[in-house]
Amino acid sequence: MFEPLRQSLKTGVVTTRYPDAPPEVSSRARGRPEIDWANWKDARPAAGICPTGAIEVSDADGVRTGTLDLGKCVFCGLCAEVDGAIRMTNQCELAARSAAELRQTARYQLKNDGTHDRLIEPPDRTRTEGESLSALGQSIKERAARMFGRSLHIREVDAGSCNGCEVEIVGLNSPIYDVERFGVHFVASPRHADMLLVTGPVTRNMELALKKAYDAMPEPRLVVAAGACGCSGGIFGRNYATVGSVDRVVPVDVYIPGCPPNPHALLHGILLAMGRLT
Amino acid sequence: MNLVPGLQTVLDELTRRFGAQIETAHAPQPNELYVHTNVGLASALCSAFYKKYKGRLAGVFAEDARANHDTFFVYYLYALDELHGFVLVRVPVPADKPELPALTNAVHAANWQEREIQDLFGIKLLGHPNPRRCALHDDWPEVHPLRKDFDLRTQLPPFEGERHKFREVEGEGVFQVPVGPIHAGVIEPGHFLFSVAGEPVLYLQLRMFYVHKGIEKLFESLPIPHCVRLAESVSGDSSFAHATAFCHAVERAAGVNAPPRARALRTICLELERLYNHVADVGAICTDVAFVTAHMHAMRLKERVLRLNEELTGNRLLRGMACPGGVRFDFEAEQLRALSGLVDSFEDEFSELVELIRSHSGTRDRLETTGVLKPEVARDLGVVGVAGRASGFNHDLRRDFPHDYYDQVDFSVPVFTEGDVQRRMVVRREEIFQSLSIIRQVLDKPPAGPVRAEVGDVPPDRVALGYVEGWRGEIFHWIHTAPGNRLARCKIKDPSLQNWPALSEAILGNIIPDFPVVNKSFNLSYSGTDR
Repeated sequence: MFEPLRQSLKTGVVTTRYPDAPPEVSSRARGRPEIDWANWKDARPAAGICPTGAIEVSDADGVRTGTLDLGKCVFCGLCAEVDGAIRMTNQCELAARSAAELRQTARYQLKNDGTHDRLIEPPDRTRTEGESLSALGQSIKERAARMFGRSLHIREVDAGSCNGCEVEIVGLNSPIYDVERFGVHFVASPRHADMLLVTGPVTRNMELALKKAYDAMPEPRLVVAAGACGCSGGIFGRNYATVGSVDRVVPVDVYIPGCPPNPHALLHGILLAMGRLT
Repeated sequence: MNLVPGLQTVLDELTRRFGAQIETAHAPQPNELYVHTNVGLASALCSAFYKKYKGRLAGVFAEDARANHDTFFVYYLYALDELHGFVLVRVPVPADKPELPALTNAVHAANWQEREIQDLFGIKLLGHPNPRRCALHDDWPEVHPLRKDFDLRTQLPPFEGERHKFREVEGEGVFQVPVGPIHAGVIEPGHFLFSVAGEPVLYLQLRMFYVHKGIEKLFESLPIPHCVRLAESVSGDSSFAHATAFCHAVERAAGVNAPPRARALRTICLELERLYNHVADVGAICTDVAFVTAHMHAMRLKERVLRLNEELTGNRLLRGMACPGGVRFDFEAEQLRALSGLVDSFEDEFSELVELIRSHSGTRDRLETTGVLKPEVARDLGVVGVAGRASGFNHDLRRDFPHDYYDQVDFSVPVFTEGDVQRRMVVRREEIFQSLSIIRQVLDKPPAGPVRAEVGDVPPDRVALGYVEGWRGEIFHWIHTAPGNRLARCKIKDPSLQNWPALSEAILGNIIPDFPVVNKSFNLSYSGTDR
């Protein structure tokens, strides 16, 4: 009878101090890819090797447009292997309030040999600045913090995921991440929930179930799309069996990139939606 | 043909017995024999493999070959465990009359797979005991997505919600309890319909394929290097096992061998995947009988493995590590030290957890004799992996068909015959200790050299079977290559597809409140099943 108690005392507290301390990720972890926009000479090899189209390139009228979409990225790091201007960082706190914020686009003057040269237009803003500068963002944040900041109930819906996201979401309830210290609970019914945490490219067979879960929630409600598939359809995209990103079916408040997002990234996104991040 | 001795005997006997009915036989690999024959011989061959060679049907799948041969082909994959060989029987199904006698009446293990062929290829099954829709839900229009003339990007009208007509179970006091597709916990979607009289379950019907994502069709649209990333997303908790099975297939098709160090690192990663899943399952089984303390310790141990995965491969679920020809990243001395340290401390802490669970008599009380899957039922349904081994089905690809570095290490395969939740947990417990031992053995004598062989473009029109014993059970990826480093077909066989029907059997006579723990003790993948 005393054995469980003895082992718990022996183990002590194992909970991370995040978000008061930085995320505990390995220096080798593959997080946000960083492009040296000013010195990017040829976007084609990276775009060609990217399995999900997270790096895209299009040419028109002597101008090349290069795009990096974190919502599509599966963080495999193949682009960094073929392109010296791209480096994988270990940053995992990538959640944003809109899909557009996850995209960075730059324009270049196209050269005859197919490479590109002079940066005509750099990426318009860095994501986090965009978030904090926006007055709208500020008011949403305050409202969310007032309503959900101290207690939030989450209903998780797997609308087509490969189960990778679920492996990490389950980790939020582990003693390491202990999401309940923020007043966040996972609940069994959408009727008890303030937030729907949705994963997967929404499949044709889950579309109706997802809509019904959303309709069953009391107002006000939040929706968070987790993982590359939830943000953009990911490697599956849209096909005969999938509808694609979560926001094609229900309105999404926060997008959490990752394949899968680790528990720190998930916490970051959930806290962002709650209006608890400064 | 350069066949393993057992398969050569099989081929000689089949030729003697069936003569000209065996059209051709070829073996691209010593343990992979293809026999081309006619539909009429399929069931005779099946009974020969079962009765004479103690084989088992490990997979049934189809291929649309109308462009070149004017037929569909159906393949029956037999694993002859004792002879260490695979036999693939190929039969043609005419394009103008796509009909096929069902094998399910003889081999129950074929049930879902045959219905899947009927849905996805439009090949009608003759004499199937339950020919209703399986892979495509009832409201789907009359389409056959894996036919070549069906476009991957076809947009179908939205789900109308026409309900599946479940079998009716009637009688005084009989109730139906529908559950899902969205479940109460953080798990994947599927629909369970319980028929109960009082508390005991009389009948359980499963409705899967809610997360069907068109993955096999998608494989046909991508260049092979991109397919590796897709293979990682077939079943998220088996990312590395699926990707490695796919890479094996590509290597066999290309005639490339992964260098020894690559095979050693793959073995380490496969065992790490087994570790984090098994320890999480041991904990989750405890939580389903309300012993949450054990679960919390298990979650803590799982997190340590995930963090080590990240330290070794850059990703917590080992994604991005697999590639045809070997692995993408070598482990440096410092990483190997971290791995070695984890193995030691994990063993100590897991042993304490085992003692904690053992000392809790209430847990054992709930787990023993709960959710029994009888050995004869398991054999009939072809149950594989952890669930099979807990029900007396003694096979493991790591031992019987050693891939990667498994022929260089010693390990035992735990097998029990009771088939209850307790034994499925004990199989996991024992396999965790074996995994730690396997990793230690690899670390003791790590081979030197490169971690990747150049594969280049894979020649067209080659067939190859890739296989891996994942933590859940055996995983197969069968490919047929096409020009331009692409695939004409990729068949994925996750162990879950084989094991789901066994859950319906194991729950009979148990009470619904025990269903979560019985289900968790199987812990099958919905995504791997539905694809």
